[in-house]
Amino acid sequence: MSFMKLGAASALAMMMATGGALAKSDIVVAMQLEPPHLDPTGAAAGAIDSVLYSNVFEGLTRFDADGSIIPGLARDWEISEDGRVYTFSLAEGVTFHDGTTMDAEDVKFSLDRARAEDSANAQKVLFEGIETVEVVDPLTVKVTLSEPDGSFLFNMAWGDAVIVAPESIDDIKQAPIGTGAFKFANWVQGDNITLERNPDYWGEAAKLDKVTFKFISDPTAAFSAVMAEDVDVFTAFPAPENLPQFEDDPRFEVIVGSTEGETILAMNNKVEPLDDVKVRKAISHAIDRQAIVDGAQFGLGTPIGTHFAPHHPDYVDLTGNSQHDPELAKELLAEAGYEDGFETTLKLPPPSYARRGGEILASQLRAVGIETEISNLEWAQWLEQVFNGKDFGLTIVSHTEPMDINIYARPDYYFQYDNPDFQALMDELSRTTDPEARSELLKQAQTIISEDYVNGYLFQLATPTVAKAGVRGLWKDAPTQAVDMTGVYWE
Amino acid sequence: MLRFAFKRLVSLSLSLVVASVVIFLFVEVVPGDPAAYMLGMNATEETLAALRDQLGLSGTLVERYLSWVGGMLRGDFGTSYTYRTPVSEMIGERLWISLPLALYALTLSTLIAFPAGIWAASKRGSVADVSVMGLTQLGVAIPNFWFAMLMVLVFSINLRWFSAGGFAGWESGFLPAMKSLTLPAIALALPQASILARVMRSSLLDTLSEDFIRTARAKGLTKRQALWRHALRNALIPVLTIIGLQFSFLMAGAIIIENVFSLPGLGRMVFQAISARDLIVVESVVMLLVFAVIVVNFAVDIAYAAVDPRLRVRG
Repeated sequence: MSFMKLGAASALAMMMATGGALAKSDIVVAMQLEPPHLDPTGAAAGAIDSVLYSNVFEGLTRFDADGSIIPGLARDWEISEDGRVYTFSLAEGVTFHDGTTMDAEDVKFSLDRARAEDSANAQKVLFEGIETVEVVDPLTVKVTLSEPDGSFLFNMAWGDAVIVAPESIDDIKQAPIGTGAFKFANWVQGDNITLERNPDYWGEAAKLDKVTFKFISDPTAAFSAVMAEDVDVFTAFPAPENLPQFEDDPRFEVIVGSTEGETILAMNNKVEPLDDVKVRKAISHAIDRQAIVDGAQFGLGTPIGTHFAPHHPDYVDLTGNSQHDPELAKELLAEAGYEDGFETTLKLPPPSYARRGGEILASQLRAVGIETEISNLEWAQWLEQVFNGKDFGLTIVSHTEPMDINIYARPDYYFQYDNPDFQALMDELSRTTDPEARSELLKQAQTIISEDYVNGYLFQLATPTVAKAGVRGLWKDAPTQAVDMTGVYWE
Repeated sequence: MLRFAFKRLVSLSLSLVVASVVIFLFVEVVPGDPAAYMLGMNATEETLAALRDQLGLSGTLVERYLSWVGGMLRGDFGTSYTYRTPVSEMIGERLWISLPLALYALTLSTLIAFPAGIWAASKRGSVADVSVMGLTQLGVAIPNFWFAMLMVLVFSINLRWFSAGGFAGWESGFLPAMKSLTLPAIALALPQASILARVMRSSLLDTLSEDFIRTARAKGLTKRQALWRHALRNALIPVLTIIGLQFSFLMAGAIIIENVFSLPGLGRMVFQAISARDLIVVESVVMLLVFAVIVVNFAVDIAYAAVDPRLRVRG
């Protein structure tokens, strides 16, 4: 009798003990695109970073949820007086998922590999300023730059600059070995990737045991998967028209965040008549941004007046430079000698912001007398014709790289803006390390391109996340293309 | 017979060579550089060149064609540009979804079509016949992706019997895997079953009006016995031909259904490979499908000739 009582009591105790742990410890996160392979240092595909950034791979520094740069594997650093030498102190006791130690040699290997001549790193520009990487001792690395670069710590936070090990580099594309709080477990190509908690993580351990990333490309299938509760979270949900339905459903929560994607109507600054600043100004005034945000994005997105993210502390609101004013646009066109308007091409890549936005934009331009010949391109065609071939008049594209205003200093960049003053300003910016001075320079830079009407600035791309009620710790904004699961848990 | 087989074999090889040239040229003239697609907007010219070298894209057209065909003859389909895994492995993996899905759909369609067709034929002009004909007309007319979405709405979102898409994987067991293929298989089977039932019915009706059936009836068989014992077997030939055609369609043509249910099958792999300019995958998969169709036709030709001597002369 007493034995049975004891048994019942211990069963009860066990039930109570597990009660606390009943919160789910695994999660299914869906996204539209599947990574082509799993090497963040070897392709531009954002999906690679979405799955692996901070979860599996870590760099010297890293992006935080609000976009600020915080220490990663480098816990501390010293910058020399002249701004050229960075001495990083690495975290102690860090091991890769295969058990090998992460030390200064691995950092040197990773940085040297990324900047090597035969490197296939998609963001090789980030490493161009590095002159030498020296191992001081196992936990200290000294990086010497050829000239001071105020954005070096920022550059090192990119997914393309994560630390990899020479021992596991050959298989990285299929079996990535990093230092993160999760380790890669399995990849069912075409369907999902599974990560598992890394029990030996050097920092604060992840709260979830298992994360499954599921790839669902079709917007209708995405809607069904969320409604059927096949997935717990859908990041960058592809059908904004369905969001109100999720908002009304107590089972779900909709989180609309901002991204680093400046969506612009890019203009070819070297072809007639777009080489005339008056014509570009006229086009900018012909644009009704809010109509595009409402029509193409179902109201998601913040109008911008320059090539800079509105959530950034240094952002200047310059939308006033290009208010929607069709009459003014017509006057400017007449002044430039195009009172009867003109015809140009509008080449649109696949995303809906471009395809839907392009139709609306074409009618806004027609209202001031500019006829556009629309062609819909696949990404590969767009890269070839527009981006590399510069064979276009107008195009719509979202520039998703963070803090990329420096592309305006590259005269051979596809929109071909060539302004020596701006190029000098960017040189000064990279030589400047003082935060206040940098902020001032960034503001000047935004103003110059806005007043030169280099491109039509439309809106900052928003990213809606649909999550089941009870999921906590998801990033709201996307300061880089990452779905950081290290702090996510079920309530 | 041997000479006939040899002649057929020569024409088979010629077809394969022509097909490989056509496929290669069509895919290679598609604009868009795979390396540029992979490296995106910030890539420098030297990085692009380095990647093109790694991918083996820097040779001339003829060199690349020969290395592709040479590889295939040795059973090496090349390495995918984007995934960087052997294409043969990828095809193998996807085939484990596409093939069972096609067989599943074909089985369902046969299981529906045979009874329906036979029933309708045996009760010609009755309410049963009219309703089978009406339903199959509807089955042919309904687009299968729409029907698929309707089923998702009912069985996944409302009833929660099935997941709305994705593939459980064979390693999770036979039943869970088959369960995730069930809705797609039904969606694929519906129009196929409708066509098959109509073919079954009309073929059976044709046979039932033949002289040998009248003889069988005259010998004292009931209508029913004559149908099952004599008519059905003779009516099956056109039905089997249609089943064969449907199977190759199901293997290659499930693209839309695979997208609706986000199943990682062969069709979706080709679809993704085209937009990513993963040319080697497109070329190799299309070549494999062409090869399969040509070989099946060859086998059918030989089989026909074995059965029917008249065909050997004509061939």
